[in-house]
Amino acid sequence: MFDPQLAEIRFGCGLSPEVAPPVSVQDMLARLTGPDHAAARFPVEDFPQFRERMKRSAVHLKIRRSMRGTKAAEEARKAHQLEKKHARIAQGQWHAQRLLRRVWTADGLRERLTWFWADHFTAVGKTGNMRRAATPHVEAFIRPHVTGRFADLLRAAVTSPLMLHYLDQHRSMGPHSRRAQNRGGGAGLNENLAREVLELHTLGVKAPYAQADVRELAELFTGMYFDAQSGFKFRRDFAEPGPEQVLGRSYGGAKPSVSDIFAVLDDLAAHPATAAHVAQKLAVHFVADTPDPDLVARLTRVFVQTGGDLLAVTEALLTHPAAWAPALGNVKQPWEFMTSAARALAVPPTRFRGLKENQLRPLLHGPLVRMGQRWETPLGPDGWPEEDDAWITPQGLAARMGWAMVMPARLQPDLPDPRDFVRHALGDHAPGAVIFAAEAAETQREGVGLILSSPAFQRK
Amino acid sequence: MSHDRPSRRAFLTRSLALGCSLAASPLVTPVSFAAAPWPNRLVVIILRGAMDGLDVVRPVGDPGFAGLRAGLRDGGAAAALDLNGFFALHPALGPLMPLWQAGEMSFVHAVSTPYRDKRSHFDGQDLLEAGTPDLSGAGARDGWLNRMLQQVPGVEAETSFALGHDDMLLTKGAAPVANWSPELGLSISPQAELLARQMMADDPLFRDALDEALMLSEQTEATPGGMAAMGGMDGGADMAGMAGNAAGAAPAGPRARQPHNAIARFAAERLRKDARIAAFSLGGFDTHLRQDLALPKALTRLADTILTLRAEMGVAWNKTAVVAMTEFGRTARANGSGGTDHGTGGAMLLAGGALRGGQVLGQWPGLRRADLYQGRDLMPTRDVRAHAGWLMRGLYGFDRGLIESTIFPGLDMGGDPGLLL
Repeated sequence: MFDPQLAEIRFGCGLSPEVAPPVSVQDMLARLTGPDHAAARFPVEDFPQFRERMKRSAVHLKIRRSMRGTKAAEEARKAHQLEKKHARIAQGQWHAQRLLRRVWTADGLRERLTWFWADHFTAVGKTGNMRRAATPHVEAFIRPHVTGRFADLLRAAVTSPLMLHYLDQHRSMGPHSRRAQNRGGGAGLNENLAREVLELHTLGVKAPYAQADVRELAELFTGMYFDAQSGFKFRRDFAEPGPEQVLGRSYGGAKPSVSDIFAVLDDLAAHPATAAHVAQKLAVHFVADTPDPDLVARLTRVFVQTGGDLLAVTEALLTHPAAWAPALGNVKQPWEFMTSAARALAVPPTRFRGLKENQLRPLLHGPLVRMGQRWETPLGPDGWPEEDDAWITPQGLAARMGWAMVMPARLQPDLPDPRDFVRHALGDHAPGAVIFAAEAAETQREGVGLILSSPAFQRK
Repeated sequence: MSHDRPSRRAFLTRSLALGCSLAASPLVTPVSFAAAPWPNRLVVIILRGAMDGLDVVRPVGDPGFAGLRAGLRDGGAAAALDLNGFFALHPALGPLMPLWQAGEMSFVHAVSTPYRDKRSHFDGQDLLEAGTPDLSGAGARDGWLNRMLQQVPGVEAETSFALGHDDMLLTKGAAPVANWSPELGLSISPQAELLARQMMADDPLFRDALDEALMLSEQTEATPGGMAAMGGMDGGADMAGMAGNAAGAAPAGPRARQPHNAIARFAAERLRKDARIAAFSLGGFDTHLRQDLALPKALTRLADTILTLRAEMGVAWNKTAVVAMTEFGRTARANGSGGTDHGTGGAMLLAGGALRGGQVLGQWPGLRRADLYQGRDLMPTRDVRAHAGWLMRGLYGFDRGLIESTIFPGLDMGGDPGLLL
């Protein structure tokens, strides 16, 4: 059953020579529900702060559009460019902070759950400053809800400005909305968010819903909007007058209201198909690509019985025997690989302080690109792949090994002796071949690189 | 989404059954010529950022052209290279003129994907690579090149390569496609290699990937400095300060080591052997500002890439079609900053010895205001997918109905544009 080292490797951010692992499941849950020390120690921007950037950009854009060809417009263009540059630099700094959270946290499970749920509700910025918004979005709309009710998390994620932007919801207008009537055509429905809410966020693609449900949900979703000033808001003039039928239930009436949208989200959150979908995804992510059916059944049951209490579901995961199978299974994603290596190396909290953008990017951004996980840029709304063989490709493995051979010395100039490091990194889970490699390597650098390249380190 | 993908294991098992002793690595086992389903090669290059077709293939014979382009420094007829009296080529593609003259290069003008109006790179590229009419269907999560491969029994990962760091939707899907970046050369000491092999001996996933990585990196010229170059390469290296090419000659010297040329060389090497399909992308086409400076850099990379492929492929070039396509075109009129903004209709470039070259294809829509899409963009007169479809049909003999229903759902291929010899 519970094993402190396995708790760190499978449910945390990896073993650390400096931070003691949890002593029990109760200890893990106590840390998880206690104060968010990692976020306080390594702060990133919250979404309300990020909106200040959006506001400034909106002002520049307005000047450019209204005063085209003037000197003021040219200055606004330059100011806007500068604004985008600052946001890009800030994104790099948040990237470093998020790495350091994983290196120094005593509550690795919180980082892991945040990552899991951010991926479940993948949202990617497509243009301008929104391309930098993912970390503030996760900080504001995902992280606070990972031990709360799924319904609250769903509502927060779906109404996040980044999600509305990513899946084009703010451009969707009801065909009979006031706006469409006034414009006399040209306004249209966009089904993007509605489809993904059903397919990815709640019921899952195998659940019994039809194109008509997608269409009606898209009509119900019209009016969800955001702007720099207020963040999420409901625009009645965009909204399609109801009612709409989703999964056989009727929502809304002639007068559109945001409460109808919240009602359908709550119902979708409580749907048994959602429970099964979420349970399967959790088990796959944390335990195995093909998880024990009994584990999935138990998570589903607890989800349904508690009305989607994510703390209870997490506890159910941690107290199931399948979760503690001693053989390491899933392959770490590149971000997990890189950060758990940094944790084993105990990369100092000051390592990235004062670095310029062009010094930071080769340490953090570049390696992830090569390993196939461009920071905050999954290819589609379905997020990063879970299958081990999606990551351990010839090029993926070459990128990981290349990183392991070179970068540890740059992150931790005081490189440990491989014979010690094999214990820092793998604890009691070090296979004989890895202990041997640590001793037999030609150089300290290659010894450390080999340990980090081992399947034992790359699996969790 | 969940197809039964032929796994690497399955492939290895098959190799074993064929009696190949070094079955631990699929690369030791060359796919025999008979097993390779076709002799013809297809290289797909995605030009990211929306290439300005009107600047690349300039309709200098259209009376509206000069006026629209007055805002671009160097956007007119003066420096352009005559193609057929009506169209003239951007001077930065001058090194490709020998291909034009030899009938190894064509252009198609006024084409686009079905994507309209939002003009987002992100969606535009997704649609270009998905090959679907819109992004709402299930098809939007796999790419048309992969769907093509799914139609062919016996395709192996070594048949097709996706190159570079970019995760390409184009090649995603159930069919096996090998991915590699030539600069990922794994340069470790022989001792470290031995120890790594021992550590991974009991873990087939890692063991096989390592075998293949070591094999591929042996076959690839290592980046100077090996892994020490890691810090500098950041997914998009700076290409500034490149000198022009001698006409028709592949880049040599330090330029030959730039990432796009390394990729082209690696692709050529694989295509010369067993691979039949290669895909990668080139960026830098988003020219909102001072297009006269920005576009030549991107076009020089494109010319380099094609010349490298041609030089390195040898006789296989005669059985090759290269298609370079972009997510959409740019505005017909120059903007206020010496560039162009996102538009609709654009141009595609075709090269290769398999082509019936020397043509600028497509129905020219004209450039009067009323001719333009929404009064601002070159009007697309044909779906860019139609030409890709006709290439597949010509190269690999796919049934037209299959192309129109499965590979490019909803496409009407229309008449045969006669792209190939």
